[in-house]
Amino acid sequence: MNKTLIEIKDLHVNASEKEILKGINLKINKGEIHVIMGPNGSGKSTTANAILNNPEYTKTQGSIVYEGEDISNLKTDEIARKGIFMSFQLPEEIPGISVTNFLKYAKNKITGEPVKIFKFKEELKKYMEELNMNPKYMERSLNVGFSGGEKKKNEILQMLVLNPKLAILDETDSGLDVDAIRTVSKGIEMFKNDENAVLIITHNNKILHSLKVDYVHVLVDGKIVTTGGQDLATEIENEGYGKYKIL
Amino acid sequence: MSKTKIEEFDRSIYNLKNKDNYDYKIQKGITKEIIEEISNQKNDPDWMRDFRLEALEVYNKLELPTWGPDLSELNMDEIATYVRPKTKLNNSWDDVPEDIKNTFYKLGIPEAEKKSLAGVGAQYDSEVVYHSMKDDLKKQGVIYTDMETAIREYPDIVKKYFMKCVPVNDHKFVALHGAVWSGGSFVYVPKNVKVDIPLQSYFRLNSPESGQFEHTLIIVEEGASLHFIEGCSAPKYSKINLHAGCVELIVKDNAYLRYSTIENWSKNMLNLNTKKAMIGKNAQVDWVTGSFGSKISMLYPLSQLNGEGAKTEYTGISFAGKGQNLDTGFKAIHNAPNTSSVVNAKSISKNGGKCTYRSLIKISPKAKNSKSSVSCESLMLDDISVSDTIPVNDIQTDEVEFSHEAKIGKISDKTIFYLMSRGLSEEDAKAMIVRGFAYPISKELPVEYAVEMNNLINIELQGTIG
Repeated sequence: MNKTLIEIKDLHVNASEKEILKGINLKINKGEIHVIMGPNGSGKSTTANAILNNPEYTKTQGSIVYEGEDISNLKTDEIARKGIFMSFQLPEEIPGISVTNFLKYAKNKITGEPVKIFKFKEELKKYMEELNMNPKYMERSLNVGFSGGEKKKNEILQMLVLNPKLAILDETDSGLDVDAIRTVSKGIEMFKNDENAVLIITHNNKILHSLKVDYVHVLVDGKIVTTGGQDLATEIENEGYGKYKIL
Repeated sequence: MSKTKIEEFDRSIYNLKNKDNYDYKIQKGITKEIIEEISNQKNDPDWMRDFRLEALEVYNKLELPTWGPDLSELNMDEIATYVRPKTKLNNSWDDVPEDIKNTFYKLGIPEAEKKSLAGVGAQYDSEVVYHSMKDDLKKQGVIYTDMETAIREYPDIVKKYFMKCVPVNDHKFVALHGAVWSGGSFVYVPKNVKVDIPLQSYFRLNSPESGQFEHTLIIVEEGASLHFIEGCSAPKYSKINLHAGCVELIVKDNAYLRYSTIENWSKNMLNLNTKKAMIGKNAQVDWVTGSFGSKISMLYPLSQLNGEGAKTEYTGISFAGKGQNLDTGFKAIHNAPNTSSVVNAKSISKNGGKCTYRSLIKISPKAKNSKSSVSCESLMLDDISVSDTIPVNDIQTDEVEFSHEAKIGKISDKTIFYLMSRGLSEEDAKAMIVRGFAYPISKELPVEYAVEMNNLINIELQGTIG
């Protein structure tokens, strides 16, 4: 039996005084993979940022209830510690902080428990192998000098290590070649279980060729205009968003 | 980062004040009579007494610098330049009086001595209260002692080098130093002796309304090598304290010296320090410096590359908070062919603090095929802090490779958001960014100091949010 993990109700969000989201409704149960698709500028990334309460965006109406608690006014780090993770479209570079030290520190902040370094490094190594990442990256500064593909894999690595309940992947597949997309899909499959959920935000559906999803939502001009299954993604791949823009 | 236990760190250790329990404190001010009395108190030989009096004359003639931070709040009539603690020089911590010993224990000096140092000197106010070095170094002819002992026991070496590298007419505070200097360390490393484990001198100023004027003279003979560390701190008082030390480094052909400093003076300190190295053929001097304390600092270590193939590297970071004006930098003078200088300077300013990087790279016509590369990077943590870069490059030959790069930046909101999305609070996120920024410097320090530097960063960042 499915249980609600997060429910977004009538969410309106402004960015620089302009209304971007105009009433989003979305319910995600544990064990589900959801996809939000939509043309550029429709508000996909804004949805992800609003859930994490990025201060660049202002919520003007609506609520985000996560595990029975309205989290819409919590600080980003509090939301993260409750188990929500976001993979960034453009991950930031942190010179002088190695991937290992960063993740160890973040893991400690999220779990509130000391991290056992040996076991932690073994776990990290294992995940990096699965994601075809060079283990040397463990000691490199976070994202500094990483290629676009390496940065995205590093986001998936962070998701696996931090093991959130809700993983939001914002355009994680964009700019990746077929092999890298397959690796990302593999990462999602490794992560996924009956107790967590994934929200994939994408403007193309290549990633859906190698991943089975439960729901596809089409977002146009700040509203979800239709929801369907995997076949909706196929329809959009063939016909584009034209039909929904008219609505 | 992973080695640092941030939460357990207590800033009060630096601020630990002992009672001003001196054996002798000279009256405030700077006159001929006062200098003569210091000389009497210290039992100077005649040549040193004459040297002090000549330096005083130079001091009286020289003006305050016309550039850099405003030093008008310094009133020498309010500063006692000599304070002798109630103890002699000891070679066992057990013999050091309790209050002074406790101070150095809390600063972690005896512990570091056991773990990772080959020798330690500890100065309290104007005199060195503890000095010790491992026997195997003594057997190899290494000398590590306080300057006063050096004058008594090695007068020929001291006379040959004392304030020759840094002459008293260099600037007003060097002249002052020449007149009132007391304490400091003398190191002599004989030819081809490699000192693998560092020596460390720690300078602690406890007495209010006073100054510390230690003199450090290090001679590294041909083919020898040494890592020397100096640390310094003081508790905070409401009135101005003055530090005008002098460091002279003589590094002969094919020798190597690494000189590391962690400076954490209290924020009522004017730190007007002078450091200079003379570097021989194929020799190398590396400076590693972390400057956190003081109200005003003016400090520009100088490497003079005198022998062909001489090298120097400067790796430094300064961190200025509220009310601090840290004017620091580096000078390299290339006097011989095929010499090289590399500068990697960083600064962090917050809460209205000001960091200035001031440098001179001079390449003389003789210094053909020399190389110099300078990189300075500043990070400002808010809109009220100030950062400035004032490089002077005097290149007198075309046959050089020279590069200069300066970057000034701020922590972006996007980066903070990224780190917060991984569970870090805003404060943790900023501290992590700053630690990462400082990492190229902290990794050059011995481990305990890298940890101390990260602790200092965390202390400095506390309370910057909101």
